[in-house]
Amino acid sequence: MAYITRDILAQPTRMIWHQDTDIDDIDVIVIPGGFSYGDYLRCGAIAQFSPVMKSVLAHADRGKAILGICNGFQVLTELGLLPGALVRNRDLHFICDRATLKVERTDLPWTREYSKNEVVSIPIAHGEGCYYADVETLKQLEDNQQVVFRYCTETGDVNATGNPNGSLNNIAGICNPQGNILGMMPHPERAADPVLGSADGLKLFEGLLAISLA
Amino acid sequence: MTVTQKYQAKIYVTLRPSVLDPAGTAVRSGLQQMGYDGVEQVRIGKYVEVTLTATDEENARQQLDGMCDRLLANPVIENYRFETISVQ
Repeated sequence: MAYITRDILAQPTRMIWHQDTDIDDIDVIVIPGGFSYGDYLRCGAIAQFSPVMKSVLAHADRGKAILGICNGFQVLTELGLLPGALVRNRDLHFICDRATLKVERTDLPWTREYSKNEVVSIPIAHGEGCYYADVETLKQLEDNQQVVFRYCTETGDVNATGNPNGSLNNIAGICNPQGNILGMMPHPERAADPVLGSADGLKLFEGLLAISLA
Repeated sequence: MTVTQKYQAKIYVTLRPSVLDPAGTAVRSGLQQMGYDGVEQVRIGKYVEVTLTATDEENARQQLDGMCDRLLANPVIENYRFETISVQ
């Protein structure tokens, strides 16, 4: 992740330790993938009580940008910054693969460089990536257009075939109602350098950058 | 001086009925494979034991509700129940 922001995008990048509390200088917080606190109990469950999280919540309150990728998305749902939960994949396997996603909206800083309904290829790597929310929450998400990315087939069909993990409504990424917080299971940072085979994820960071610098 | 009492809690965290349990489904087919044809459903949850001190049982239950609501269970996908016993 730092390689993308620091080396590809040439932006000042600071690694934040979980015990840090002063992060006022940060414009965009990225909570990356990985495993936090061993993912004991539930993925992201214990990380929500890291000392730094109070400052993350304050950052969110100020309307500043937060991106949670994979385990970071799980942390954001546990924190309550995004609704729903990520549970065990439908077929139980850890999936490490490329997924095709449909970009549902392009009026967000995160997605303004994409075209609407564009199909992009972004890697996924997770065992607990199946998005779940109750019926009412799902309806709210859809009504407010908070679904940003959906799993789809290579031809852009959003259906069961294009759904790798059983996520409800094929949800791969959602934002909060204001749009400043984005959580997604796929890894855009692993598709942001053409050397790695795909640069479909780079536009996500470029879009955000264009807004931040404006 | 406040007298505190030691309690042991047995906490059961279960998936809400609306949440699919693929692990439970896999175990069910394993049991059926073994010949337990009567098995209809398997749901896998978590069992947690917590030993704590509290002023009384009411206080212990309050603390445990807080622990479960905030960390031990995720209300989006899970329910919990617990029983407490006084130990000394």
